[in-house]
Parts: sequence; C-alpha cells; structure tokens
Amino acid sequence: MTRLAEILTPEYVSVILLPALIAGVAVSLCASLLGVSLVLKRCSMIGDGLSHVGYGTLCVAVAMGWAPMQVTVPVVILAAYVLLRLSESSRLGGDTAIALFSASALAIGIFASSKANLTTDVSHYMFGSILAMTRGDVVFSAVLSVCVLLTYLLFYDKIFAVTFDENFARATGLNVRFYNLLIAVLTAVTVVLGMMMMGALLISSLMIFPAVTAMRLCKRFRAVVLTAVAVSVGCFLLGLLVSLWVDTAVGACVILVNLAVFAAASLIRRLMPAKGQ
Amino acid sequence: MAYITCENLTLRYESLTVQQNLSFTVSQGDYLCIVGENGSGKSTLVKCLLGLKPADGGSLTFGDGLKRSEIGYLPQQSSIQRSFPASVREVVLSGCLNGHLIHPFYTKADKARAAAQMDCLNITALADRCYRELSGGQQQRVLLARALCATKKLLLLDEPLTGLDPLVASELYGILRHIHEDHGITIMMVTHDVENAVRYGTKILHIGSTGYFFGSCAEYRRSESGRRFLGDSLREEHCAGCEPKHARIQIKAEEVHPE
Repeated sequence: MTRLAEILTPEYVSVILLPALIAGVAVSLCASLLGVSLVLKRCSMIGDGLSHVGYGTLCVAVAMGWAPMQVTVPVVILAAYVLLRLSESSRLGGDTAIALFSASALAIGIFASSKANLTTDVSHYMFGSILAMTRGDVVFSAVLSVCVLLTYLLFYDKIFAVTFDENFARATGLNVRFYNLLIAVLTAVTVVLGMMMMGALLISSLMIFPAVTAMRLCKRFRAVVLTAVAVSVGCFLLGLLVSLWVDTAVGACVILVNLAVFAAASLIRRLMPAKGQ
Repeated sequence: MAYITCENLTLRYESLTVQQNLSFTVSQGDYLCIVGENGSGKSTLVKCLLGLKPADGGSLTFGDGLKRSEIGYLPQQSSIQRSFPASVREVVLSGCLNGHLIHPFYTKADKARAAAQMDCLNITALADRCYRELSGGQQQRVLLARALCATKKLLLLDEPLTGLDPLVASELYGILRHIHEDHGITIMMVTHDVENAVRYGTKILHIGSTGYFFGSCAEYRRSESGRRFLGDSLREEHCAGCEPKHARIQIKAEEVHPE
C-alpha cells in the first residue's frame, strides 16, 4: 500500500489518473452494453475482427502521419458494415469472413508500419496504454462514449427485439438491418476507443467477459445488461488499482480481474441449486 | 375484400422454383391450415407473407384493414432463443413494438396489452420467470402471447407443434380454437399434422410438388391430394409376410380450454 501512496501524488492523480479513469469507465460501460447483444447474437468474434482492423488502420495512419483516432473510427465503422453484410449474405460463413478480414487488415497495418520503421510507436496500441492517453484522446473518448450510451438507451427495446428474434422483429415492421448496423457501428466506435486503453488484443474480451459473467447470474435481459455494466466498470476500477499496485499493464490486469469474476460467477452458478419448475 | 389475396404467386427456394401460379385468399374468420410435403415451399410462402423475402412472381395484396406488419407471427424456435436470458414479460412485450416504430419506449397501453395476453394464455404466473427455463409448451404459449400482442386480426403460425408431446399439442389446439372463436382472430397455420388440420381448420391449402389444393376441409377430404395425404397417415406399414399386430392407436384430442 505504501507503493500506491507514493505513486498517487495529487499531480499524478489529476494529470494522468483522472483522465484515464474517465475514459476507462466510459469505454467499459459501452463495451459491456454492446457485449451482451454480441454474445447473444452469437457474433462475439465481430469485436475481435474489428479490433484487428482498427489496429491495422492505426498503423497505416501513424505511418502516414495522420491523426490516429480520427482516421481509425470511420474506417472501422466501414469495416463493421462490410463484415455484417458479408455474414448476412453468408456464402462465406460469418466467422470465416471475419478471419479473412482481420488477418488482411492486420497484414496491411504491419506492412505499412514496418515500411515506415514505426514498430515501437504502434506497439502500444497492441497492448494498450491508458495512462499515456492525451487530453484530446480522453475528451474524444468521453464524448463518443456518451453518444454510444445514449443511442443504446434510446433503442434499448428495439435492440432487445432484434437480439432475441430477428425474424419476428422484421415481421413486425422493424428495420432489422438498420438496428444490426447500429449495433455494429456502436461496436466499431467502442472497439477503437478501447484499443487505446486495453490494446487491440484485449479489447474484444472487455466486451465479452462482463456479458457472459452476467449471463451466468441473471435470468432477465434487463438484469443481464445492468449486471454486465456493473461487472465491467467494477473490474476496470479494480484492475486499474491492481496494475498501479504491482506495476503491470493495465489492460492485462483488467482482463485478469474479469476472468476471476467470471470464474467466481461460474462457481456460484454451479453451487446454486437449480430452481425447480 | 379479403385480408390476404395471393394471385399466381411463384415461390422460389435458392434458384429452384418450388411453386408456380399459387392463388388463394384468407378472409376474416378463416382458420387456414397450410400442409404439404417437405420442400414444397411452405416456409418460403411464410417468408413472402411476412415480407422477409420478396415474392418471385405474381402478386400478394393485403386488404380489409390488415397491414403486413400487423400479422402476429409465431416462428419456429431457433436455438438462440432456447438459451436466451430474458423474462417472459420482456419477450411478450417485444410483440408490442409494431404499434410505435418511432416512439422509443413501451407505453402504459403496451404493458396493459401484454398483461392481458399473458392472462389470456394463462402465463401471468410465469411473467418473471426466465424464458429458457420453461418447458416447450410454456415457451410456445409465451411466443403465442407475443404474437397476439402484435396483432388484433391475424395469426400466422409456422409449425407450432414441433417438439411438443401429444397432450401439450392438443392443449395448444384448444388455445388456438379459443383465440379463433372467442377473440375472432383469423388463423393461418403451417403444419404437418394433417388429421388435426382437417379437424380444427376451416380451410386447407395443400401445396405439393406437382400442384396445389385450396378449399374447405370437406372438399379437401374428397380431393385426390387430401385422400392421399390423409390416407397415407392411416395406412399400416408392414412387410409382406407379417400380419399387422396392432391397429393404429388414435389419440382422441381432448378439448382443453385454458382455465
């Protein structure tokens, strides 16, 4: 604990930790909300695919000297749209399309960055560096997160309907393609934001872990969503604390805390007597 | 004017034309059972009716105040739904969405409507239970309540009896009869259960690989496809040297009304 007290000087807290906290909580929130829909729609891999595309784009952007975030967000949104269309028309299976897509994007990114000798600069997007986010990044993340959150709340009932039963939703006149696209776009935005803090390799697990943990414990959709949000934010805060304490990568700590909570939830589920009919 | 008028409809599955020149009407008060062999285009017809897929030829018109989005649809269950964490109330409420595609949240009227449908199907006690933990018959009631939330006029059921045991199936027939007779809701049902289709339905649409039949149940019994389909289901299968030991046991469906 003395180590923590040493690190947490007022200046450190206000300049580095507070922005990281704001951005982290905001992104964890969005990630867990969207994660529930992705897991239930059986397309958790979309998050993973998009993070690879995001990483590839970032590499290219940095190599070309463009603003990384502002270039990556629209490209990943486009990728989300294409991925969705590919898995809909599904001559290629959805997962196959994602695998091809993410590998190609990653290859392009690595090609560009090694051509420009940038390997060290872009590697922190691979593993994340929340404590190195600039003020601009934090503001950008916070604003986008609020947009994601509001959109999700506004369309909550429709997102439920589309997630539970696409055909029924379509039959009742709901524009299912629009809502699927909405989910994909929100996911894309969240993935890019999360990549700054968690790293491209870990961001998709930030979406999936809280959702599956909540699904172990809850039986109502609303409860699943709320629990996922609580788990996600809680694990982020705890993970950040642990990482400061033992001086390790934040992303890895957050995911490990998530893993521990998931294991605990699975255990609780196992120990709980199944409710009779 | 009928609720639904199909004229010279062509149904295509992938690139294969499975049905041509299909014409039939569904009017208020009908209980139409759609039967036919596998692959004859029943599911494709359902998709066309719901607008999940465009018709490949011919015309499909809605009238008598029925809009396409006002069909109450009971789909075949998917494997995703069987493991979905949602309460019965949440599932039933999602049937109310077609009332207000612009309004973001459910209104009081929606909630009252959902509650009334749950009452009608006798699942109010299950409202807070988890959908995935219910029995097949209970799940079917939940999806039926959701479909009823989406319609005041016409229900379209796609093989609702799949996976239900005979007792639960006859219970479902009882519920459907109650909805049809007491609530005045028109029913279209895709089914493989030809015997009960003829017993409970008022009209039959039989689509086969060579053509189709559309008419009343009495006409269907006399028609060639009806005789073949109904006859087939009663014929004993045994090899040449054997005497059939058991006469076919027919379960007489009890009339079950929801309490």
